[in-house]
Order: sequence, then C-alpha cells, then structure tokens
Amino acid sequence: MMKGPKKWRLFALMTALLVFLSGCGREEISTLIPAGKVAQDQFNLLILSSIVMLFVIVVVTIIYVLAIVKFRRSKVGEDMIPEQVEGSARLEFIWTAIPIVLLLILAVPTVYSTFDLADVTAMDAQDEDGAAENLTVNVTGKLYWWEFEYPEQEIRTAQELVVPTGERVYFNLIAADVKHSFWIPSVGGKLDVNPENVNTFYLEFDKESSELEEGVYFGKCAELCGPSHALMDFKVKTLNREDFDAWVAAMQEEQAAPTETVAQEGQQIFEQSCIACHATNAAGAATGVGPNLATFGDRTTIAGFMEHDEETLKNWIADPQQYKPGNLMPNPEEINNGEPFSDQELDALAAYLMGLKVEE
Amino acid sequence: MSSNSQKKGFGATIWDYMTTVDHKKIAILYLISGGFFFLVGGVEAMMIRIQLMKAGNDFLSAGTYNEVLTMHGTTMIFLAAMPILLAFMNAVSPLQIGARDVAFPFLNSLGFWLFFFGGVFLNLSWFLGGAPDAGWTNYASLALASEGHGIDFYSLGLTISGFGTLIAGINFLVTIINMRAPGMTYMRMPLFTWTTFVASALILLAFPPLTVGIFFMVFDRLFGANFFDVTMGGNTIIWEHFFWIFGHPEVYILILPAFGIFSEIFAIFSRKRLFGYTALVFATILIGFYGFMVWAHHMFTVGLGPTANAVFALATMIIAVPTGIKIFNWLLTIWGGNISFTVPMIYAVAFIPSFVAGGVTGVMQAIAPLDYQLHDSYFIVAHFHYVIVGGVVLAILAGTHLYWPKMFGTMLSEKLGKWTFWFFFIGFHLTFFIQHFLGLMGMPRRVYTFGADQGWDLFNAISSAGALLMAIGVIILLVNVVMTVVKGERVGNDPWGDGRTLEWAIPSPPPFYNFAQTPLVRGLDPYWIEKMEGNKEGMVYAEPLGDIHMPNGSFIPFVISLGMFIAAFGAMYHMDGHVWALPVLIGGLAITFGSMLVRSLKDDLGFHISKEELIADNERIQREARALEGGKKGGLK
Amino acid sequence: MDLNKRYTPQTWPDHPETATLEGKNKFVGFWLLLAAETVTFASLFATYLALKDKGPSGMEFSASGLFELPLVFAMTMILLTSSLTSVYAMYHMKNHNFKAMQAWLGITVLLGLAFLGLEIYEFNHYVHLGFGYTNSAFSSAFYTLVGTHGAHVVFGLSWFIALMLRNAKRGLNMYNAPKFYLAALYWHFIDVVWVFIFTVVYLMGVIG
Repeated sequence: MMKGPKKWRLFALMTALLVFLSGCGREEISTLIPAGKVAQDQFNLLILSSIVMLFVIVVVTIIYVLAIVKFRRSKVGEDMIPEQVEGSARLEFIWTAIPIVLLLILAVPTVYSTFDLADVTAMDAQDEDGAAENLTVNVTGKLYWWEFEYPEQEIRTAQELVVPTGERVYFNLIAADVKHSFWIPSVGGKLDVNPENVNTFYLEFDKESSELEEGVYFGKCAELCGPSHALMDFKVKTLNREDFDAWVAAMQEEQAAPTETVAQEGQQIFEQSCIACHATNAAGAATGVGPNLATFGDRTTIAGFMEHDEETLKNWIADPQQYKPGNLMPNPEEINNGEPFSDQELDALAAYLMGLKVEE
Repeated sequence: MSSNSQKKGFGATIWDYMTTVDHKKIAILYLISGGFFFLVGGVEAMMIRIQLMKAGNDFLSAGTYNEVLTMHGTTMIFLAAMPILLAFMNAVSPLQIGARDVAFPFLNSLGFWLFFFGGVFLNLSWFLGGAPDAGWTNYASLALASEGHGIDFYSLGLTISGFGTLIAGINFLVTIINMRAPGMTYMRMPLFTWTTFVASALILLAFPPLTVGIFFMVFDRLFGANFFDVTMGGNTIIWEHFFWIFGHPEVYILILPAFGIFSEIFAIFSRKRLFGYTALVFATILIGFYGFMVWAHHMFTVGLGPTANAVFALATMIIAVPTGIKIFNWLLTIWGGNISFTVPMIYAVAFIPSFVAGGVTGVMQAIAPLDYQLHDSYFIVAHFHYVIVGGVVLAILAGTHLYWPKMFGTMLSEKLGKWTFWFFFIGFHLTFFIQHFLGLMGMPRRVYTFGADQGWDLFNAISSAGALLMAIGVIILLVNVVMTVVKGERVGNDPWGDGRTLEWAIPSPPPFYNFAQTPLVRGLDPYWIEKMEGNKEGMVYAEPLGDIHMPNGSFIPFVISLGMFIAAFGAMYHMDGHVWALPVLIGGLAITFGSMLVRSLKDDLGFHISKEELIADNERIQREARALEGGKKGGLK
Repeated sequence: MDLNKRYTPQTWPDHPETATLEGKNKFVGFWLLLAAETVTFASLFATYLALKDKGPSGMEFSASGLFELPLVFAMTMILLTSSLTSVYAMYHMKNHNFKAMQAWLGITVLLGLAFLGLEIYEFNHYVHLGFGYTNSAFSSAFYTLVGTHGAHVVFGLSWFIALMLRNAKRGLNMYNAPKFYLAALYWHFIDVVWVFIFTVVYLMGVIG
C-alpha cells in the first residue's frame, strides 16, 4: 500500500515526459498546431478550458491527498470512532457557487464562438458584377473518396482540395451514400456530411502548404462509414491567391493529349475501360461515379493514402479491393473483357495517369 | 422452496436457478452472465489494441475490425456493465430497505432471462455470418447499407434485452416506492438504493425511445419500411436523436449506481456518516433530470445550427455542478474519518482522481466549438473510457469485493485484490491518458489502421501496452474468484466490521426470506445506530415473528424469453426467403404469448413459511454463527 | 391470499385494487409502465410529424388528400364510448356487483371490436389506393404510429376477454380485482392516445 502514491507520481512524471518528447504531433494534421482562424479559435478554447479544469483538478487533489494521508487508520488509531458529521450548508453553497462561476467563464466564449463559427451569411455575397465575392467549394463524400466542386469556377477535382490562403472559404457538404464527416484537424473542427441535407461552414487557411514537410495538410473522414473508413483520407493544398487563380485557369483548360507513345497507349486503354467512371477534364459535367483524375499527376497520394509512384499505382489498379476494402472501383476483369490488365497495359495506364497534370 | 444449507445435486441446482424468483439468486445470475460478457468484451478490447499497436498492422482485416469495435462497445454497455450493476441492485437494494423480495419476483426473473437471451442472440452473430459493424451507435445510413445480418442481430438482440432492462427498472421503482420497512423514509434510504431508484427511473424513460428507434431499424431492414431511407423521404438524423435521447441517460444509468456503490464504500471504510447526505441525494436526482436534456451534445457536428448547439452546450455544462457537489461531499466524508484501505476502499479512492479527469474532459467537450475538434477523435474515446472505466468499471470491481461476502458468504482475497487493483489501475491510465493526445493530434476514432506518416505510432504503442496490464489485472481477479470459491471460508453478518446499512445486519448470504422479522428503521444508517447503542440482537423489529408469504418459483420466464429468442431468428431469416422462417417467427411468438397466457390464467398465490419453520431456521443460523466464531477463535487469526 | 374468502358489498373495501400489497405494487407498477408507453408514443408521434408527407420525389399521397374525417370521427366516438362503458364496469367492480361489471365489460369489448373493424377497413382502403406500408417514409410512419395503437387495442381486448372468461364462474375477489382495474386503466390509456392520434394525424392532417 505504501508504494501507491510513489508509483503514481512516477507514472505521471513519465507520461508528462513522453508528451513533451513527442511534441504536439505533426503540423500537417495536429489540432495543437493550428493553421487557420477556426482552428486557432478552437485551440484558444482548449487552452482556456484546460486552465480552468487544471484549477479544479488542483483543488480536488489537495483536499484529496490531505484527506487520505491524514485520516488513515494507521494514523488515527484502530478503534477511533469519528464524529458523525451531517454536513455543512456553507460548504455546499461554496462548492455549488464556485463551479457555476467557472462555468460562466467558459460559457461566454462558447456561445460567442458557436455563433461566430456558424456564420455563413457572407457565402452568397456578390460584387457589382454579380460574381461571388467568396470562394465556395461543394464537397461530396462518397464511399471512401471526396469530390470537390468549385461551382463558380465550373471545375471539379477529387481527393486533393486546393484552396487560397488568407481568406474565408465556404463549404457545402453532402454525402452521396452513407454519412461521413469532413475534418482537416490543423485548419478547423469537423462538420458531418449527411446524406439528407447540405451542411455549410467556413474555414480559413493561413499558411501555404508548400512550407510543410509533406507539402499538404491531411484531411480525414471522422464518421465511421464502412470497412475503409480509416483510409478515407484527403489532402489539402493551400496556395496564395495568385497561384490559386493560375491553378483555376489551368483547370478550366482542356487536358493536353499525351506525347509519349506509352502514355498514348495508356490513354487508349483508359478510354476503353475507365472513362465510364473517371473524367480527365476538370471543367464541364462529370460522371461523378469515380474521382475526377484531371490533377492525378499533381497529387501526393494514390487513393488518398498511398505513396504517389507508378509501382503503387499499378498495384492499385490491378487489385483495388486489396488496398481499400469495400471501395467501389471495379476489378480489371470487370472492365477489360474478363481479363486482368497485363503488365504492359498497367505500365501504359500508369504513364498516362501520371501525365495528367494542370500544374507545371 | 430452498434453503442454503440443503445439499443439492448439480442438475437440481441448475433447475433451481432456471426457475428462481429470489432476488439474491437472480443477482448471482446477473453477475455470472454479466461477468462472462465482460470477459468477451475484454477480449474484443484486446483485439482492438493489438491491431492498433503499430502503424499498418494486419492482425484484423478492415471489416472484422469494425465488427470487433461494434461488439466491444455494445457488449460492454448492454451486456456487461448494466447487468453487473443490476446484479448489485438485486443483491443489495431490497436488503437495504428491509424488504423480503422485490415487488414483482416473477418479472424480476423474466427481466433476467430476456437480457440473457438477447445477449446470447447478439453474440451468436459471430457464428452466423458476421457481427454488426456500424458501431455501437449504429448510425442509420451505415446500418442500412451494411450487408448480411449483423445489424439485424444488433437490433433484435437489443430489443429483447432492452425489454428485460425496462422490466427490471419498473420492478426496482415499485419495490422502493412500496416495500420500504417501517421507518425507512425516503431521506433515510442508503445512497445505493437512491441511485438504484433514480437509475431505474432513467431506464423507464430512456429505453422506450431506443426501442422505438430500433424497431424502425428492424422494419426498415426486414419489412421494407422507409424511416431512414433518404431516397424514400426518410431521415437518418431521427435515428441519431433517438439513439442519444436514450444514450445520454444510459451513461447516467451506469454511473449513478456506481456513485451509489462508492458512497457506501466511503462511509463504511471511513467509519463515518456520508457528509451532506441530503446534498448527495439531490445531486443524484438533478443529474438524472439533466440527463434527459443534453442528448444533442453528442450531435454538435451534425449541423443542428448554432442556437441548438449553444443551448445544449450550456445545459451540458450545468451537469458539472451536481457532479462536483458529489465529489466534494465524498472528500469531506473521508475527511476526519478513520480510513481503512481495504480493496473496495482503494478502488473508491482511485475512482476520485480518475473520474474527475473524465469529468473535466467532459466539460471541455461541452464547449461546442471545441467539440468540433474533439468529436469522433481519440479524445472522446479517452473521455468516455475515463468516465466508464474510471467510474463504472472501478465501481463494479469495488462492488464485487464489497458485496461478494453478502452474495456468497465468502471473502475475496484482499492480497490478490490489491494486485488486481494495481495492474488494472496503472494499465487503465496508461491506456487511456495518452489517447487524449492522440485525438488532439488528429487521430479519428474507429479507424482500423493508421499510416506511419501520421505521427501516432508511439502513443498507440503505449496505449496497447496499458491494455495488456489491464488484462493481467482481470486475470488475477479470475484467479481470486476461483480460489475463494474453492476455499469456501464462511463469514458472518458484517464481514467488513463497519457495515452501516440493513444488509449487514443479516447473515451472509441471507436466508431466502431475508428478514425473519421486518426491522424497524430509526434513522439513516440503521444498523450503525443499533451498533452504537450496543444493541446485542442487531436490530429492533417492527413486527412479531409470524408467517411469511413467499412467491413460488417459475419456469415460465425462461420460456417466454426463449420464445422471443426463437421468433427473432424467424424475423431475421424471413427476408432471405427461407420457407421455414415465417413458421419459426409465428411459433416463437406463440410460445411467448402462450406462456404469458398460462401465467395469467393459472393462479399463483405463493406459499407461506410458518412461524415454527422460521424459529427452526433461525436456530440453525445461530448455530452456524457460533461455529464460525469458534472457528475464528480456534486459530485462524 | 385466500381465494375462497367471500365478500359482500358491505365487506368489500372501497379501493379493492390497492387493498393488498400485491395490488398496490401492481397499481404503481402499471402507472410506471404507462409512463414508458407514453414516451414510446411520444417518440412515434415525433417521428410521424418529422416524416409527414415525406416520400420519394413525385409521391402522390399527402395527409390532406388521403384522410377522410367522417369515418375516423365515428371511430373516435366509438372508442370514447367504450372508455365510458369501462368506467361503468369499474363502478360496479367497486360495488362488488360482478354481473353488472361483466355486462359493461362485454359492451366495452364489443365497442372495441367495432373500432378495430373500422380501422382494418380504413387501412385496407388506403392500401387499395396504393398507399402501402413500403410506399414512402410517410406511409411507414403513419402505419407504424396508428398500427402500434391498433396493436394496443388488440392486446387490451384480449386482456378483457381473458379476464372475463377466467373469472366468469368465481366472481370478484382480492386477487382478480386489481387485474380488472388495471385492464380498464389500460383501456383508458389507449383511448387517450387515440384522441392524440385523431388530433395530430387526422385533424391536423386534413386541415393542413
């Protein structure tokens, strides 16, 4: 028994040390390294509430430690019968009133922030020419991938969201199948992607993602949506406004035809087998069945979470179920006249897909 | 009719338990089956932690992982925590109010068997094509999309066991309202009875919305209804509301009895009356009351709008006040007491910091905008394990040690108990403390794997190591139980020496009629009052010794539950087009309603124990008590 | 409890339903069960209101076009009357007049059966119009709410009939008096729920 408190202290110390050593997680995904106004507000609330709660813990701990040290049987005697105290109205009042005050301290910023973060009135604001003043992105969550449509710019992409820094970006979220939840931890809290209604909120991106080690922020699906829920990742590329406008302009153009022979072969195969689901142009109407591939060569991952190289891509095309269980991409046999793709065909497809770029 | 001294064959004992309506035996049934499901849920927990101990692990496949996590949550909440608490409620609260049984002994048995068959049905899913895989919250869009019969096992199994729980809730309410001994006013009731009372009221009002939600799910999946089918005008948010209108009170259904157990322990092992008894009672009632007004704090990210979120955020924060009142009253109960660190008391003492930690993270999540970050991340996983393991499971372990002698007449080993405690307690904090940070570092919950590039490897490894320690603690507890049962050393009425309430005034285990004479209650902690006044007999009585009326045992509860169990298979396989399914459904319902009809048409008036039998039995009890005393003096201590 | 003890109107207690501990327990327990039933129906009502007129795009059915008040009004009157007749039955139960009680319960059961017949006719009519259970979220919610009430009517009627047959020969005693009382209480509850259904589903449905 005597070892108890000591062990506890050692354990607490070790934990604190570990937390310190491993820092606050990765800048690409940690809520502890906020990279935008929304995440910053939420981080401030975290710090404020942590301080208040720490105060509570300290008070409880002091009374607690004193009580269990002072009044143990070995100290007060085997046969001692304590006075049978009924209670104290004054103490009851104190420990009712003080928590209420502490809660009030938390309640004010809570209510303010709740309304502030839900304020999307500026979403539909238009300038004199009737163009939207703010960027809006329509996000559709589908079984294990994300579609991003820029309605004003009439372009769409998938898996990698591209947004400008330093301004509010508004999001419309809806699910095409089951419920998902849209979360970019380092930029702001999540919002559910429901199948029955459009949810709306905004985020702000402070920093250009090229400064990050991985070059992108990590986005997550936060609501269990099936076997590959864990793999329903997306990435966020943040560009300054100028670069963003250039990107949009490039997206609006028709995809250039491949020049290399291998890639041209790949395009042929693609147009026989894959085009039914996957569009390769960012502009215009999309089939919406599979992710739009116009920016495929620019991306940092394959299927949202795997290394971006040709080898991985070929493995993925050859057997999508192995890597992302339950996803809806057909096996090659189903779209290639009952045959798997040959190595040659896979090489060609990979070369073609990797050449689909809008950035230099 | 049975008595503990009679030796019986194995088959006769089994039959006795299958037909018993005695609240003490039903308590043992709840404890054994709840304990079994606790182990099942524990194995599932270990599988989760093994899978997540390193990045990209392939111990479980994606689909299997979802089944395991769903069954872990569902099993632990519905089939382990609640039944084990119901075991203590059954074993103790009728004794604490001086009653001879619960108000409806027959229904008590029915409640158990419904729970049991519901739990078995749910777990059979593992062997019949796959377990449910949409999380214990079973959100509707995913649940409707789920293939196979896993979700049907979930909904039908929980329907059956939910009826059982509802029946148990009504039973305890009526028992406590109508069957208190003379002098046992509401404000003299032990805290555990009070929490049983409030938790039962929560069961009464919280389970119907769940049942309705689950019925919609069953109708949608099996009979073509469209409650949640968006393309047919349905709405999946309805499920979320029903689930959490049930789900939040459910948390209090679990934690309030845990509070009750700890309240008893603090008073007994500090040898002191509960500080602020009145405040503790009103805090219990307030917590129960608020429990129904905060469900939408589980849905802050659903998009209900800022007004709803702000209102529910504030309502949620208020709950911290009565909970704080409880914590401080417990601290002041210890203060100035004479603390004996027995195993139950160590658990109670460890509960305070653990639960405070869980409570403060709860307040943090009440801050709606902050919750947008914390929700569905590992932070919430850490939070609810801090309140449920740090509150409910510690209470269950403490209660097992505290009430074991009252239920079985033997004492669990204190030494092994302390080993269990240290392994479990350290393991618990190691597993879950670190998960707060995983959540803040962006790790969503319910992920079957994570990449090495996310920066979560170390903390997950630590968390898994902690889980191993908890498992070792539970194994030591099992060893403890087996050793205690084998040894079988009997103990007397008040084995802890400082019992305060009525259950400690009678033998361990009590005779099947509990009190030969109904006791007269003269204040809070009636047994303590008599002890302090030097009452040799133990109690004063409210009535002379006379005939006692007792209910007959019955096999019908078992058959009613079996009928529903069979009918559930029929309902489930009906949709697959099996010819036999519809007859099975009808046959099962016929068994259920038929046996209900038999029950209502056949008079069952119970039997009487005569005064002479009581006197004889009492002499036997006295004889055994003297032998026990003699044995102790003879050199055991 | 002694089943053979004979009572006269003079020795019969004022409140036979709560004169014994068993009766008292049943009385309190049943009220609690009704509380749970109330929550159940509240949930069904909430769902109905949320899903009212919701269906696949182009659904032709709506509450205002579908429901016809005259029939439902007749059903309402029948059920309200049956509630009144069950009150008479309980009046005679308290006066230990077994025969009169049985007679009034018989009338109550007949009225209940009439209600049930009309409800079956009504459902059948809607199904013939194409408004089946699986037609839309609206139809599912409607049939589940009203159908759950209908199932309660069936259960209440079975309960009355079973009690009347079982005790036909032996008359009233302290063992079965609480049972009659609770069955009547249950019948009142069913009636109250119907009043809400009539208002929320039919009146508010037709008016819009």
